[in-house]
Amino acid sequence: MTTLVIAEHDNAQLKGATLNAVAAAAKIGGDVHVLVAGANARAVADQAAAAAGVAKVLLADAPQLADGLAENVAAQVLAVASNYSHILFPATASGKNVAPRVAAKLDVAQISDIIGVESADTFQRPIYAGNAIATVQSADAVKVITVRTTGFDAVAAQGGSATVEEIAAVADSGLSTFVGREVAKSDRPELAGARVVVSGGRGLGSAENFKILDPLADKLGAALGASRAAVDAGYAPNDWQVGQTGKIVAPQLYVAVGISGAIQHLAGMKDSKVIVAINKDAEAPIFGVADYGLVGDLFQVVPELTSAL
Amino acid sequence: MKVLVPVKRVVDYNVKVRVKSDQTGVDIANVKMSMNPFDEIAVEEATRLKEKGTVAEVVAVSCGVAQCQETLRTAMAIGADRGVLVQTDAELQPLAVAKLLKALVDKEQPQLVILGKQAIDDDANQTGQMLAALLDWPQATFASKVELADGKVTVTREVDGGLETLTLKLPAIVTTDLRLNEPRYVTLPNIMKAKKKQLDTVTPEELGVDAAPRLKTLKVSEPPARKAGIKVADVAALVDKLKNEAKVV
Repeated sequence: MTTLVIAEHDNAQLKGATLNAVAAAAKIGGDVHVLVAGANARAVADQAAAAAGVAKVLLADAPQLADGLAENVAAQVLAVASNYSHILFPATASGKNVAPRVAAKLDVAQISDIIGVESADTFQRPIYAGNAIATVQSADAVKVITVRTTGFDAVAAQGGSATVEEIAAVADSGLSTFVGREVAKSDRPELAGARVVVSGGRGLGSAENFKILDPLADKLGAALGASRAAVDAGYAPNDWQVGQTGKIVAPQLYVAVGISGAIQHLAGMKDSKVIVAINKDAEAPIFGVADYGLVGDLFQVVPELTSAL
Repeated sequence: MKVLVPVKRVVDYNVKVRVKSDQTGVDIANVKMSMNPFDEIAVEEATRLKEKGTVAEVVAVSCGVAQCQETLRTAMAIGADRGVLVQTDAELQPLAVAKLLKALVDKEQPQLVILGKQAIDDDANQTGQMLAALLDWPQATFASKVELADGKVTVTREVDGGLETLTLKLPAIVTTDLRLNEPRYVTLPNIMKAKKKQLDTVTPEELGVDAAPRLKTLKVSEPPARKAGIKVADVAALVDKLKNEAKVV
């Protein structure tokens, strides 16, 4: 029994989500291999080889793998799939994009967003926006799985000493072409992996007012997040959205400012260790999950809190 | 060109579901059902492409129980030209749905299939990608912008950290993200017109598809409840709690 973890990376840096997926693989048992499919991605393979618990790294390096196109990456995974009992992807935008394509080609079901491993064939996953947890068993020969990163503590990035083996890259499918990318620039920690998250909702009222959260986030070393209402209203960029259809976070501290707490939002943050809610409506559902709630005007409370910290 | 839009009947997004006490599933008896929100966006996008003149026909498809007809009627009230129901009372998982859709694609020969990125009941986010794999078509998931021109579709996708743009050769699969469009409200006259549109019914057997579930659900349980929190009086009390009780700052 050997598990293959598909690395998430940008051709230079191994993304932290990979280390959470390796942790899930370790729980399944057996050897853990990591596949790095990219272009000029040797550095990523070396980083993966240094991760604790990784036995071997496969590196497929070719220009057609540079941009993570689903058609090419799925074909690359399929080229080595027959050696593995489990194939794990982090449940990130790229993992979710590729994993079902691999599963369908292997004619197996895919298990999405697992948060727990009960045995090599039985897994837990949230359904209905996290309002229920399903325990599912797979009888398929190969288990294709995406791993909810907040469900597993990352393995150490250092301490491993895996070998890196270069494998032949698959040919370009020619079906799709990468045109371009707009990356939102930020000096703050990455939302999905941040220790502290400060999120704003519709209560902020405008993109201008959203800046009131900056000093608080700076002081806490926090990533900024947003509710769907705030994103739809244009107060914050799309990739800040926390919730069922956005990012799933589980930081040490989550500060919800001007967020009412719709089920879809709670699905993205209710596994946070400590939740603080600041809202002027004492009846807002967010107070139902908050460890500490403060009823008050955020425009007064937030600056006051920032200076008190 | 023809566009196929699969739609799913799910528990309405405003309903907070309850787990059954015997842990066999969630209780959906007498619960309001609606079209999956991402699928509404898919139907809206197909309809807009038709209104622009780039698409000639929009076919809505649903797989499941007889009541999915209502979901198809909603799709037709938004703008789909006709509907196809693959009727079965059996449990359908994404791989089975992808196989049923492949059989319909083989029959209908659309150039584009637009699906929602995920259904809000099973939260799987698989069917579109699986259909693309079974057909060997290119895929663009989580679309926030779709443009059709010259036998190609250019799609802007929402990815972690921003946006990326791909060009796919047709035929292709697109799955919708929330910000692709704002679905229109269906009007009464359009609901009346939708009742007259063609709705065909087939079965998985007629399509020659084995739709048996692959994953066995052993149990469905409540998520662990959070212990009740407290309301603090002011900022000073909040800071004190965070520093001395929770020790997170």
